[in-house]
Amino acid sequence: MLKAVILIGGPQKGTRFRPLSFEVPKPLFPVAGVPMLQHHIETCAKVPNMKEILLIGFYQPNEELTRFMFNAQQEFKISIRYLQEYAALGTGGGIYHFRDQILSGNPAAFFILNADVCSAFPLTEMLSFQKEHGEPNSFVILGTTANRKQSMNYGCIVENEETNEVLHYVEKPSTFVSDIINCGIYLFNPDIFQHIGKVFQKNQQDMLLEEPTNGWHRAEAIRLEQDIFTALAGQRKLYVYKTLSFWSQIKSAGSAIYASRLYLTQYHTTHPERLASNKEGGPRISGNVYIHPTANIDPTAMLGPNVSIGTGVTIGAGVRVRESIILHGANLQDHCCVLNSIVGWDSTVGKWARVEGTPSDPNPNDPYTLFSDGKLTPSITILGCNVTIPSEVIILNSIVLPHKDLNRSFKNQIIL
Amino acid sequence: MKALILVGGYGTRLRPLTLSVPKPLVEFCNKPILLHQVEALVKAGVNHVVLAVSYMSELLEREMRVQEQRVSGPLALARELLNVDNEPFFVLNSDVICDFPFKDLMQFHRNHGKEGTIVVTRVEEPSKYGVVVFEADSGRIHRFVEKPQVFVSNKINAGIYIFNPSMLSRIQLRPTSIEKEIFPVMAEEGHLYTMELQGFWMDIGQPKDFLTGMCMYLQSLRQHAPERLRTGPGFLGNVLVDPTAQIGENCTIGPNVTIGAGVVVEDGVRIKRCTVLKGARVRSHSWLESCIVGWSSSVGQWVRMENVTVLGEDVIVNDELYLNGANVLPHKSINDSVPEPRIIM
Repeated sequence: MLKAVILIGGPQKGTRFRPLSFEVPKPLFPVAGVPMLQHHIETCAKVPNMKEILLIGFYQPNEELTRFMFNAQQEFKISIRYLQEYAALGTGGGIYHFRDQILSGNPAAFFILNADVCSAFPLTEMLSFQKEHGEPNSFVILGTTANRKQSMNYGCIVENEETNEVLHYVEKPSTFVSDIINCGIYLFNPDIFQHIGKVFQKNQQDMLLEEPTNGWHRAEAIRLEQDIFTALAGQRKLYVYKTLSFWSQIKSAGSAIYASRLYLTQYHTTHPERLASNKEGGPRISGNVYIHPTANIDPTAMLGPNVSIGTGVTIGAGVRVRESIILHGANLQDHCCVLNSIVGWDSTVGKWARVEGTPSDPNPNDPYTLFSDGKLTPSITILGCNVTIPSEVIILNSIVLPHKDLNRSFKNQIIL
Repeated sequence: MKALILVGGYGTRLRPLTLSVPKPLVEFCNKPILLHQVEALVKAGVNHVVLAVSYMSELLEREMRVQEQRVSGPLALARELLNVDNEPFFVLNSDVICDFPFKDLMQFHRNHGKEGTIVVTRVEEPSKYGVVVFEADSGRIHRFVEKPQVFVSNKINAGIYIFNPSMLSRIQLRPTSIEKEIFPVMAEEGHLYTMELQGFWMDIGQPKDFLTGMCMYLQSLRQHAPERLRTGPGFLGNVLVDPTAQIGENCTIGPNVTIGAGVVVEDGVRIKRCTVLKGARVRSHSWLESCIVGWSSSVGQWVRMENVTVLGEDVIVNDELYLNGANVLPHKSINDSVPEPRIIM
């Protein structure tokens, strides 16, 4: 039997996802209409023999997470549990800490998935790859190709082209190493814990030799990428399965729009029922659009491509929305125009207002970078929760923190 | 009575509009600028208007069908035309718009009996202009001061004059600035008086001032001819709409909007402080503030235009774009937003 572990991080992580992560744990942020994590869980639940999905992170147990897990268990008929780390232990430390939980029931293998990636999750393909290639007890990293410049923002993998064995692994190199990058999705077997255990032992010995520090360094804080993969490379243990299917990180809030586009496109094969179509009495739809059934949309509005409309959203007459995510309870008033933006929960955009960002493709993972004069480089526009945009103004390439009532136009600014 | 309108120049400051139409024929509040002046002159009893033109004069002549005479140079060239009946004659710059006070000016001029009278108007920042210093009671001009650094007066030359024909002998047949070379001499000799303009005045020679002048003119219409302004649901403040224009449902137009002949404004459009020239189309849900939309131009759906965006003739702005202070030359099709002011060649 199989298990899956999803690493969901914690509240101190995901700062690049502000201001949206103030309101909801980042893994629950809706991408293409459903929580980011649900895309992971859906694909895991479809893998034959999958018995349990474990979420590991350091969020305090909270209502949103509990409700999400409850609903997901009902919907996908699979056991889902949350295991809370006592501190941020890193990608390797977390699973090592909970190794007994992962190994209970004797799974033959288990997947590790980072929550902040968007992917077609070719999990069954990874299983077949493990069977057909490499050693029976090998570990598999999902890899994809990136361009030379972008590759240096990721873990880079050099493979043996015939066997797909990982010969060399380096995390975020400063010079070009390889165009094969780590997708943050792994297939392990129980042997992995021996390797993590060795690093744990070594860390503990090192700490005994060192002066007591402020407690930040823990023997248990272990990074799979730097501490484990680097050492396993060239040992005939680690293999890379390269996928051609879509993949992207979801680090910054801006990349959520990019990820939404990828998932909405995938819905044509996986969930055609989630895509809106032009219907009598409904709004005009262009391209891929998700509309929650509880949203109230005027038939003269025009939506898409790449638009997700959340629960209870109200969209008035003659509204235009393109390349945007509208979160639950938002109110877009008549004739307003929302382009390349995320409109936060319960926010209001006034009549004839224009909320516009600049798409952050092709590298959606760049954090907001500031010009020397303190202005933002063009990015998507994000309205935090409960923001009010008055009628007829323009909010261009700006980030508005929650609970602000704006009274004029803003361009290229972060509004605290 | 006769009048001379100094049309002159290429009207470069009012480009891109003047790349298609000579400035005097650009419609200001749905009427060519020149016609505002000619109508006021005719009302004051002028029966002979001379245009001093140089650029696109054929087009101008054809359009205006005023008198046969055509003058292609400075005031001295018009001497023969203005000097026939020994009566005072009006002179005005073609860029100014106001409640033209020609009757009062004539009366005032005859009363003081000297060679010339110039109309002055009050400005807030005299340091930006040449000001006129004169005797408050009589209006007799003492002197002219260019861009005064210390306050001496807040009255500037409004570009509207009346002269006796004898004044013409002061001008030689060469390029001459009457303001700089002739007026100071006349003032010195006690031959130049001022009359202060009541009401609004604007030099509408550039787009920003064109729009400001429009606001003033429409306010003046509100006071003197309110029946010409459009009112009713969807119209705010002073709005002038040509009867042949079509306005869609759920629009909010105004304040301070002029919509020309044959213009089509589709549903859900918001326009304020704009001039939309003949034959243009504004598509649904667009938002326009402080713009001039050129003849036969088309503004797409969900477009936002602001900050003295000027579209030349036959410009197409595609859907969902944002134009901030764009100056678009004629016959262009715009496919990308213009987030900061610039010229689109």
